[in-house]
Amino acid sequence: MKWISLIPVVAVGALLLFAATDFPEWGDPKSPASQSPVSSHFINNTGVDTEVPNMVTAVLADYRGFDTMFETVVVFIAGIAVLAILKGSGRRRRGPRTTYKVEAEPDLIVTNTVRLVVPVIQLFAFYVLAHGHVSPGGGFQGGVVMGASFILIALAWDLDHALVRMSLPRCIAIAAAGIIIYAGIGFLSMFLGGEFLDYAELERVLPVSREMARYHAMLGVEIGVGFTVTSIMFALYANLSSEGRLKGGL
Amino acid sequence: MENAIAWVLLFPLIGSVACALLGMANRKLCYPISIISMAGATWAAVETLFQAVACPSAEVSYIFGGWVLDLFPRGVGIEFRADLLGALIALVVVGVGLIVSMYAKLPVEKETPGKEALYYPLFLLQITGLAGIALTGDAFNLYVLIEVAALTGYGMIAIGSNRAAAATFNYLILGTIGASLYLLGVGYLYIKTGTLNMVGIQEVIAANNLHDSPAMQVAFVLIGLGILIKMAFFPFHAWLPNAYSNAPTTTSCLLAPLVTKVMIYVMIRMVLTVFGVEFSFESTLWSEFMPWLVVIAIVCAAVMALAQREIKKMLAYLIVAEVGYMVGGVWIYNFYGLIGSIFHIISDACMTLCLFLATGIILRACKTTHFDGLRGLFSKMPLTMIGFFVGGFSIIGLPPTCGFFSKWYLITGGMVAERWEYMVVLMFSTMVMVVLFFRLIERIYLAVSESGQNLGKGHGDLGLTKEQTKFEEAPLSMLIPLLIAASIVMIIGVYNQEVVNQIERFLEPFNLPRGTGH
Amino acid sequence: MFEDGAIINELLIERLNYFIYVVLLLIGLHAMISKRNLIKKLIGMSIFQTSIILFYVSIAVKDEATIPIYKAEHDPHGAASKAAALELNSTDEAKPLYAPAELQPEETQQYANPLPHVLMLTAIVVGVATFGLALALCLRIQQGYGTVEEDELLVKIERSDARYSQSPLAKAINPRRRPARTSRKPRTASKATRVSQKSASSPKSTGATQTKKSAPKTKATQARKKPAPATRKPAVKKSSVRKPANKTTSPKKKGAE
Repeated sequence: MKWISLIPVVAVGALLLFAATDFPEWGDPKSPASQSPVSSHFINNTGVDTEVPNMVTAVLADYRGFDTMFETVVVFIAGIAVLAILKGSGRRRRGPRTTYKVEAEPDLIVTNTVRLVVPVIQLFAFYVLAHGHVSPGGGFQGGVVMGASFILIALAWDLDHALVRMSLPRCIAIAAAGIIIYAGIGFLSMFLGGEFLDYAELERVLPVSREMARYHAMLGVEIGVGFTVTSIMFALYANLSSEGRLKGGL
Repeated sequence: MENAIAWVLLFPLIGSVACALLGMANRKLCYPISIISMAGATWAAVETLFQAVACPSAEVSYIFGGWVLDLFPRGVGIEFRADLLGALIALVVVGVGLIVSMYAKLPVEKETPGKEALYYPLFLLQITGLAGIALTGDAFNLYVLIEVAALTGYGMIAIGSNRAAAATFNYLILGTIGASLYLLGVGYLYIKTGTLNMVGIQEVIAANNLHDSPAMQVAFVLIGLGILIKMAFFPFHAWLPNAYSNAPTTTSCLLAPLVTKVMIYVMIRMVLTVFGVEFSFESTLWSEFMPWLVVIAIVCAAVMALAQREIKKMLAYLIVAEVGYMVGGVWIYNFYGLIGSIFHIISDACMTLCLFLATGIILRACKTTHFDGLRGLFSKMPLTMIGFFVGGFSIIGLPPTCGFFSKWYLITGGMVAERWEYMVVLMFSTMVMVVLFFRLIERIYLAVSESGQNLGKGHGDLGLTKEQTKFEEAPLSMLIPLLIAASIVMIIGVYNQEVVNQIERFLEPFNLPRGTGH
Repeated sequence: MFEDGAIINELLIERLNYFIYVVLLLIGLHAMISKRNLIKKLIGMSIFQTSIILFYVSIAVKDEATIPIYKAEHDPHGAASKAAALELNSTDEAKPLYAPAELQPEETQQYANPLPHVLMLTAIVVGVATFGLALALCLRIQQGYGTVEEDELLVKIERSDARYSQSPLAKAINPRRRPARTSRKPRTASKATRVSQKSASSPKSTGATQTKKSAPKTKATQARKKPAPATRKPAVKKSSVRKPANKTTSPKKKGAE
């Protein structure tokens, strides 16, 4: 069976290598993708349009902000779907009974180190989120670091300890709040007369110029993304590690 | 209002977030919220369709973020482009979603109790994804929306039993291969053209004359292969019967009519708008060998449907056969074939919806969908069975249901393009479907006599008592959506000329051959 | 063999990155198709998606270009922009703080293409979401079937499919022997309910037999006669509900003979 499955794999490989002969060389500055007017516009005009130094954040949150909204929705879907699949199924013990009882006490060194380190991690997460305009970073990256801090608490103590701080209903609520923030900024721009997610229209409510309105709206949008990613990262970990049998769950 | 095209997606999005939040507090709120958001989305889709019809260039263009610049009339960001085809498909998607959301109350309560606050957000986000696929004009945005639709689909199927979870895993592996191949194809397009906007890609291909480049050919193959996997074209169909027959009732009512048809729309969009008619039909060899693969696909699917003894699996194999019809309609490279294919998307969505809604009612009433459990159902639930029969007649292709007209156009296309193999296989599969449905009709319709006696050996030993066949119709919240779906099947059939006029108007600029074009 | 234009030169030297990503993609694809453990399939899926991400990111590279973040001289909030704003302020009433300038075409070459990076941020997140969902499915399969090996799983699924796709007539006429399954409730609980069901329903059913005509029993009639509070948890499949009814069939048939 394993040798039969090599045939389609090799066929696909031959097809792809056949196409690879036609590609531009690696790093060629004259390749169509690099010369294209769209990417030249992004490189040349991001400063003028949005006053954000990080072009990737500007494209992600402003020029292609609609994609990013759906990316946030995908993260939300993953959390809800994992909850839907695993909720209530762990109570019926059908397979061989594997016990996950943690018999050992939380280790002294680990818990004290984590107690010192977690606030620093969370501060770093806020820094990554807010500094995404100027350095590599942004909502997704900051959200993952923040979610990791909660997972660290769950690893050092046990899951209940972390669930006290971030229970699953709260996770879903924060995730939904993140999407509401993102879509809300979009709706605000729509009601002020522009298209959906046209941040420049926010200059009518904020006392800033059009470009700075985009700058600030991008930060707001990234905060929304950060909320959703944080809570769903932790919710995924909590559900997967406990097979849905959260003791303090929904 | 000019934002209507955005509201088609935004209504279900707000609805799903509201369901997730408010449903945690009170589960009964999810059902009304979903109906309200689907009603709003349907209004927005109707508005978009009217705008597209009224517009002289027959398309509505909406750039998110307002990034229209003088040099880039198509926008630097993401464009939503509702031409007549996209607006029609979006209307079908949200219309089916509205009907299923009205139907969903009792099945969801029964089959996934306590999980409404998780099911309805997935439901509404699935519709968001599918409607977005129909309306978007950007190739990468299409990938993100395909993944939205896929992930919600996996969640909605696996929320049921453990058997459903096992079927979903297989679906997930195949679906991810399909979507990733599509993504790779878009990457190849980007590396040669430098833009992601669908119309922009075609303009660059035409300007730089990239028709013969190997990368374009391979991109076409990759995108085509990815979409064929996702639409369950034989031999990549293995995930569909298991996934749809083990899914909860509402899930199969939503996914079965919509997901594969929207993927066929994506194929038509890639062939016509992104790669262009010349490249797709004349430069590649697909229009030579695809009709033969279609023949094999339809024959195998029809034969496997004949072998089933259970309604849901039979309908799942019928979906695979219908996908074969539509793919064949595209690749015979003919004006009438494409009209038939597009009209078949619309009509197949409605008739599959009808059949699956009726199957859900049957499952609820008889606790089984096996053929032997259906005896004498007509006297028990006549209205439901009328809805089921309307769907069945439409699949067979009897006038005045819409299935007849779509098959008419497909057969005309086959004849005019001199693709006799496609015509023959259409007739053959119609005969097979006649056998399938009349077998069912015989079992359902033949009831017991009034005295409660057996009807004897000649009628297959029914042995039903009088109280088993007394009138006990389905609850209204499930019956009314079924009757609405059945009447839509008839209405689209009777008024098919209006729809076909708009489809012809859409297909005008592409200059497809109307005579013997090979 | 290594001169310009030869296939080895083209593929392996000038376009080395594409070749590597194709190899990675094939490794991932082969794992997804041929491995029998579900978790290994997921690892293959992850490798497959990663290779596509690397492919896109390599499109963005330009020779001697830096990351797509403005350098100090082009920074919109940097010194050059402030100086331009001061010049403008003398003429413009709006008095902007910064006046960033559009880049010249020759300066575009200094920065890598930002668009593929953006697309791949989205693709990475979508891949993570799919992976999380797939792991949840594996957990559910493990809970329900006790295994994550595909061949064992197929055997168990085929057995359960054969059971559930039996016609309701056949089930009524030929009551199955109760098979030994690991995926059911423990035997003690159901045996206790069965024993109690049998004792509770056999006097009722023998009474019912005398008044009823001896028509061949169908599943529907048995379902109607069965006492209502049978083990009616939504988790329990139809078969265990039918078990008490089947058990009552055999004593009745023996009684009829």
